[in-house]
Amino acid sequence: MPLLDRTGAITDPWVRLDETAPLAARQVIVPLTRLEPDGAAVLTSGAKLGVAVGGDTGFELLRPWLDRLSLIAINFPSFTDGRGFSLARQLRVRGFKGELRAHGYLIADQLGFALATGFDTVEIDDSLAARQPVAEWLAAAKTISLSYQRDYAGPCNILEARRAARAQQNTRVAQTEPAK
Amino acid sequence: MYRYDEFDHQFVQDRVSQFRTQVERHLGGQLTEEEFRPLRLMNGLYLQLHAYMLRVAIPYGTLSARQMRTLADIAETYDRGYGHFTTRQNIQYNWLRLRDVPDILQELADVEMHAIQTSGNCIRNITADPFSGVAADEVEDPRPTAELLRQWSSLHPEFSFLPRKFKIAVTGCRDDRAAIAVHDIGIRVVRNEAGEIGYEVWVGGGQGRTPMIAKKIRAFLPKKALLAYLEAMMRVYNLYGRRDNKYKARIKILVHEVGIEEYARRVEEEFAALDASAIAADAEEIVRIEAYFEPPAYDRLPARAAALENAKKNDPAFANWVSINVGAHKAPGYAIATVSLKPIGGVPGDATTDQMRLLADIAERFSLDELRVTIEQNIVLPQVRQDDLYAVWKLLAAVDLATANAGLITDIISCPGLDYCSLATARSIPVAQAISRRFADAERQRLIGPLAIKISGCINACGHHHVGHIGILGLEKGGEESYQITLGGDPTENAAIGERLGPGLTADQTVDTIERLVAVYLAKRKPGETFVAAYRRLGHDHFKEALNAAA
Repeated sequence: MPLLDRTGAITDPWVRLDETAPLAARQVIVPLTRLEPDGAAVLTSGAKLGVAVGGDTGFELLRPWLDRLSLIAINFPSFTDGRGFSLARQLRVRGFKGELRAHGYLIADQLGFALATGFDTVEIDDSLAARQPVAEWLAAAKTISLSYQRDYAGPCNILEARRAARAQQNTRVAQTEPAK
Repeated sequence: MYRYDEFDHQFVQDRVSQFRTQVERHLGGQLTEEEFRPLRLMNGLYLQLHAYMLRVAIPYGTLSARQMRTLADIAETYDRGYGHFTTRQNIQYNWLRLRDVPDILQELADVEMHAIQTSGNCIRNITADPFSGVAADEVEDPRPTAELLRQWSSLHPEFSFLPRKFKIAVTGCRDDRAAIAVHDIGIRVVRNEAGEIGYEVWVGGGQGRTPMIAKKIRAFLPKKALLAYLEAMMRVYNLYGRRDNKYKARIKILVHEVGIEEYARRVEEEFAALDASAIAADAEEIVRIEAYFEPPAYDRLPARAAALENAKKNDPAFANWVSINVGAHKAPGYAIATVSLKPIGGVPGDATTDQMRLLADIAERFSLDELRVTIEQNIVLPQVRQDDLYAVWKLLAAVDLATANAGLITDIISCPGLDYCSLATARSIPVAQAISRRFADAERQRLIGPLAIKISGCINACGHHHVGHIGILGLEKGGEESYQITLGGDPTENAAIGERLGPGLTADQTVDTIERLVAVYLAKRKPGETFVAAYRRLGHDHFKEALNAAA
């Protein structure tokens, strides 16, 4: 399955484990059910720990693990189900610094929203990638070049741009005022 | 009024190109019908019974003459020469072709307008009191707040795929003309005991299948906390709102099911985790927005214009219109004039190309270039000198826009109903027209006094029947249209959901029953008592005789 970030297709160093697969890799994503029983063992082995959760996973379940997790993969059961965007934002607001990955069913037109709410990577289904190749995702994310929301990681923030424009104007005014 | 800066312009331009490519990608097969649907809805584009319908936002109901002319041009070029003003300060075009839509969006963008989020499961057009900035009893003009929210909610990355649609209204007055009690979030600008200005915040109101009055979540929210607090409110809804049943997905159901205390607890917890100052617009940005809404330089005039008094004396029809459609303005010598889009027997909320252009001309000459759209589907000229009112009225009369019925029984709110809408279960417009004709007599309307009839053609309640003094809900029973009457609804600061009078009626019976309800009221009212006040005093049962006579 293709994986992409804001620059384009990337290779995936992570191994996704199911409920029973052995913990034999350097970077493993375990299902949420395995986080409590197996999380500590993964970390002791020196491997990096990731967890796969649903958008309906309560943030509280992840809170104790935040500084030990290197990746959280959030599933979107449908592209019309926006809970994953809120969970991602909640994790970023609470200081999660690792990789946030969206998987499941998002469409190209949502890449910009995913990046803005704190996702780093998106995993696309093969059949969707055939219809919406990686280039289309990148192009879709670039169509909106500005954003109004502060404190999100959206493109060129309009409020900051206005602030910068005001500061520049103030400097100009100060420079043209005669010395006293 | 607000003017776009270079960034606002670029933003709507980006949006136009984005939609153009989305249409192309849909036609090219990269976006399936299922994937394209929410994207086009977020641009206000519906597929209706006969054609595509485009809903254009008129943020907080404010329009300039130039914008109104563009709305007229679009109606002429791409539609059938008219547009339909809605109860949420939008205009709808009912007869469009998909391939024309990107060009229409471009024409709108050129005059600082858009159709962003006028539909879909996202934050819809931000509405406000149509008398904002000119009402005599205002704490503060709510439009700068509404504009801030317009920008903040536009393509919000987190809140564009909510469980269901989300409507926010703002008012700056005690007298609520924005219906904040029946919005997902209602905001009232208030002053606290220390004299500071902030917001009273309400949540969980709504109409539709399960009408509910909003609950107060914050009595006083400091202004600079607004965006962070709304972010917290929206996040709790986005995470916990039901997604298993679209009829239970609005925030009102969440608030009802978990209780306002628990919802508020979750919001406060989320709010506490946020850095409000990192989310808020900085003080200079607020000042920048507010500057666009500074009161204009009013002429210094006497409180009452002699020319107006003379004209009223000489022309009783004009005097009647003034007494019904003209309200008090905060500036001496000025008036707020409501232009009724409810001519007797007409389609509520429709305006033709010629009417729109005339309204634009009048706004330019007589109303400081300002127009407003109301939730009653009328147009307001908010800045008219009293001594110009007679000239304005004569111009309006020439194009059938001088109906003296604002707030009266023929000022009916109606959704488009089965004549246009793919969701409708019955026609609404013909019922509105029949009631309007029945009560056409001006003197009779005047005698009856304020009485709001609101008609919806299905349970989704776009015609606001739940909050009509008399509400009418059109349903389908065994292949026939059937109308249910509710009484006592009210969208204002005394908000109430109407109570059902009894079983469904035919369209003809409905009109007759309304006539009998009015007769009951006239027989039993105290001097000066309005219909809804009499209903509250007398109680529901007093009005049942009107229905029984229909059977």
